[in-house]
Amino acid sequence: MAGMFALANPKRFMDASARFLPWLALAAGAALAAGLLLGFLAPPDYQQGTTVKIMFLHVPAAWTAMMAYGLLALASFFSLIWRHPLADVAAKTAAPLGALFTALGLITGSLWGRPMWGTYWVWDARLTSFLILLFLYLGYIALWSAIEDETRAARAAAILALVGAVNLPIIEFSVNWHTLHQGESILRADGPQIASVFLWPLGLTALGYTLLFLALWTVRIRTEILERRTRTLMLAEPQ
Amino acid sequence: MSAWTDMGGYGAFVWPAYGVTLLALSVAIAITLRAYRRAKDRLAKLEKT
Repeated sequence: MAGMFALANPKRFMDASARFLPWLALAAGAALAAGLLLGFLAPPDYQQGTTVKIMFLHVPAAWTAMMAYGLLALASFFSLIWRHPLADVAAKTAAPLGALFTALGLITGSLWGRPMWGTYWVWDARLTSFLILLFLYLGYIALWSAIEDETRAARAAAILALVGAVNLPIIEFSVNWHTLHQGESILRADGPQIASVFLWPLGLTALGYTLLFLALWTVRIRTEILERRTRTLMLAEPQ
Repeated sequence: MSAWTDMGGYGAFVWPAYGVTLLALSVAIAITLRAYRRAKDRLAKLEKT
C-alpha cells in the first residue's frame, strides 16, 4: 500500500516506470511468443479438434478485459476518495485497452462458438454480460470526451465505472446459469480440469496478455502525464 | 502444408481468430507508442523555448 502511494506521485511514477517498462515489455513478448508457439504445437483436442487453439487467444483476452475493468474501477475509487490526479489518469488510460481486449474476447469467442455450438452468438447470460462490458468501456470513454472540464469528467466517469463494476461478478458467475458457455475449468477448488498440454500454452498466453496490458497501460499513463504537463505549461505562458 | 492451413477442417475459424488478434494487438502497440513519442516531442519543444 505504501509503495502504491509512493508511485502515486507523477514524477516518481515517471522515474520508476522508465526503469521497469523495458523489462515488462520483454517479459510480455517472451510469454506471448512461448505461449503461442506451444499453442500451435499442441495436439488437437479429442472433442474440439483444432478449435482448441482459439482458447489460447479467447480466454486470455476475456480475462485481461475483466482484470482491466477491475483496475479501472479500483483507480476510479481512489480518484473519488482521494481526488488524486494520477488515479484519474490511470482509470482514463485503462479504458481503451480494456475495450480492445473485450472486443477481442467477443470476436475470438464467436469464431469458436460457430464450429462448436453451431452459432456465432446467443443472447445468454455469459455472452450478454460480456457484451455489456464492452458497452461500459465505450460509455466510459464517451463520458470522458463529453465533459470538457477535466475534474468534472473524472468524477462522472469514476461514478459510472463504479456502478458498472457490478457487471464483473455477473460475468464471473453467469457460467453457472443457463448458458451454452462452458463452466469454470481452470480456477477450480478441485484443480484445473484441462490437460497440461493445453494448460501450459494457456497459462503463458494469459501471462503474456496480462503483462502486455500492463506495459501498454504504463506507456499510456506516461503519455497522459506528459500531455497534462504540456497543457499546464501552455496555460502558464500563452504563446 | 494443406493440413496446416486446413486445421482439421476448422481453418476458417482458427486462422481468422489469430489474424484479427495479431493485427489488433500490433495496431494497439503502434498507436500507443506513436502517441507517446508525439507527447514527448511536444513537451520537449515547449520546454526548450
